[in-house]
Amino acid sequence: MTKFIDLTLNGISTGAIYAVVALALVLIWRATRIVNFAQGAMLMITTFIASSVIDSSGSYWLGFAVALASGLVLGAVVERVLIRRVEGGPPLNAVIVALGLLILLEAVAGMIWGNTPRSFPPAFSIQGYDIGGTRVLFAPNDTFIVLVVIGVALALTVLFRWTSIGLKMRAAAFRPEVARMLGVRVGRMLTLGWALAALVGSLAGVLVAPSIFVGPNQFDPILVFGFTAAVLGGLDSFAGAAVGGILLGLALSYVSGYEGSSLVTLAALVILVAVLMIRPGGLFSSTQERRV
Amino acid sequence: MNSALARMRLPGNSLARSLLVVLAAGLILFLLSEELGAFNDLQLANGAYYFAALAGLTVLTGLSGQISLGHGALMAVGAYTVALLIGDEHWALVPALLAAVLVTSLVGIAVGAAASRLRGPYLAGATLAFAIGLPALAEQYPDTLGGANGLVINPPTPPSWLGANFPLERWEAWIACIGALVVLFVMNNLVHSGTGRAFRAVRDDEIAASLCGLHVGRVQTVAFIASAACAGLAGGLLTVVLQLAAPGAFELALSLSLLTAIVLGGLGSLVGAVWGAALLVLLPTWTNDLTRSFSLSTNVSNNLPLAIYGFVLIAAMLLWPGGIQAGVRAVFSRLRPSRVTGGT
Repeated sequence: MTKFIDLTLNGISTGAIYAVVALALVLIWRATRIVNFAQGAMLMITTFIASSVIDSSGSYWLGFAVALASGLVLGAVVERVLIRRVEGGPPLNAVIVALGLLILLEAVAGMIWGNTPRSFPPAFSIQGYDIGGTRVLFAPNDTFIVLVVIGVALALTVLFRWTSIGLKMRAAAFRPEVARMLGVRVGRMLTLGWALAALVGSLAGVLVAPSIFVGPNQFDPILVFGFTAAVLGGLDSFAGAAVGGILLGLALSYVSGYEGSSLVTLAALVILVAVLMIRPGGLFSSTQERRV
Repeated sequence: MNSALARMRLPGNSLARSLLVVLAAGLILFLLSEELGAFNDLQLANGAYYFAALAGLTVLTGLSGQISLGHGALMAVGAYTVALLIGDEHWALVPALLAAVLVTSLVGIAVGAAASRLRGPYLAGATLAFAIGLPALAEQYPDTLGGANGLVINPPTPPSWLGANFPLERWEAWIACIGALVVLFVMNNLVHSGTGRAFRAVRDDEIAASLCGLHVGRVQTVAFIASAACAGLAGGLLTVVLQLAAPGAFELALSLSLLTAIVLGGLGSLVGAVWGAALLVLLPTWTNDLTRSFSLSTNVSNNLPLAIYGFVLIAAMLLWPGGIQAGVRAVFSRLRPSRVTGGT
């Protein structure tokens, strides 16, 4: 029973990380209809920057703030310089540019910081709570992560559903021509979408770094599982991304705990296929997906 | 699909043209392999099995419009089939390769039937999970599949009539090239057949295609099976050339580089797949040589080839959105303005 509780708590905290990455991917999908495969590399860069800042200044929260700020800037620059040129073209070209960026960023990080992963401090204690004399696998830092995920999901939902900026962003993504005629600065909205997504991504990087360390290739599995979570929930729904992330985290935690960690990726495949066979547009899809 | 099969006629001249192309390509490859040394023969063999996989993927993604991030895993199926049949069961080479094609096609039926329900990013996500999940089987069943070390087979022996000193690398190159030529012949006919037109009809407009009597899901599944068969042969050839089937060779990076190669070469074109295969083989060699020619710190020199690869991907997509083959076609059509270029 203790094992089950531990696995559940562990699943919630890792699932929360997948959920943040999934939120970033959903944000870019809703803003520009592109799946950003470079997300993992972008948050890797911002986490490395945070790590350097923490090392030299000694302040965790300064590094945290710098990571978010650099994410915002990186997202905007990537959209303006690279993605703008392939937007509206064949969808695969955007995918290839994102993959190219992923490889380039990982190589650049390796050149600057080396390929050996380094440790990263957590925001709060990682000592599990003491409940009735037993230490559970859930620490104050995990509470922080889960609260951040809920906060981000709520903020994004509010932004997209109830603010005029969110309405403009949705309009710019779905009908750029019409939106432009109605006075929406489409280009600016797309840049804003990428900047916000990179900000959310950089948050995920800082949150997950203590448990997986910081290295050029260290965040690849996070992107893969984040993408799986986003697809699971339905790429058009923030709530879906959050729920998909937690569900995936829980399922993988149980599989890894009871059956062995080598089955984790296989389990992710089985779960994803099972869900998509029943709902081809993800758990929270409202419309039939028709784009190829 | 029945109607598509009924309309599938292979006109004599198209078949003859395919044969001519294959014979010409075979002659060039034969002369090339005679000229090259051991290392370059091995590269030729690598390029040949890459081409087999890329030809299948470019038909799937370019013609029937289904994105697959999981073709590396399909190659793994073919590779392990050949390794098990040759290594454990001592099958001959050709039956083992045919079995690899068959087994991978069966896997392709399952994956293709699932894939035909999915679109765009959802299909990408499912095939991505396939690419990540399948190689884990090797570690789950280490007794049969060899775990992380993989399965080793004996190198193929050149027949005695070629002489005692016939280099092994050239024999491997011949095997791989013959496999690639078979794929070229079959795929070239498929592309120009009624089935190929059905692929394109489904890609361009699913509703219009089903109004024409095509069963969209079945056409997409057929495309996936054909593509999986190519990937299976490619994987089998990989095992023969490298004498090894190990999970490390079939990581996500392989699936992703296959996808980048077909887009870089020119999506939907078999000639584009040749460009893609050449890039996959030559680019790492060139960038490694280039890096070694400078004296750089370890961190920089270890990562410079990757950085160049990433840069090339981005630059190529921004400069030639249609890939290399589109650029070549543009040059040719400028030379011969009267010719109408066939759209894909």
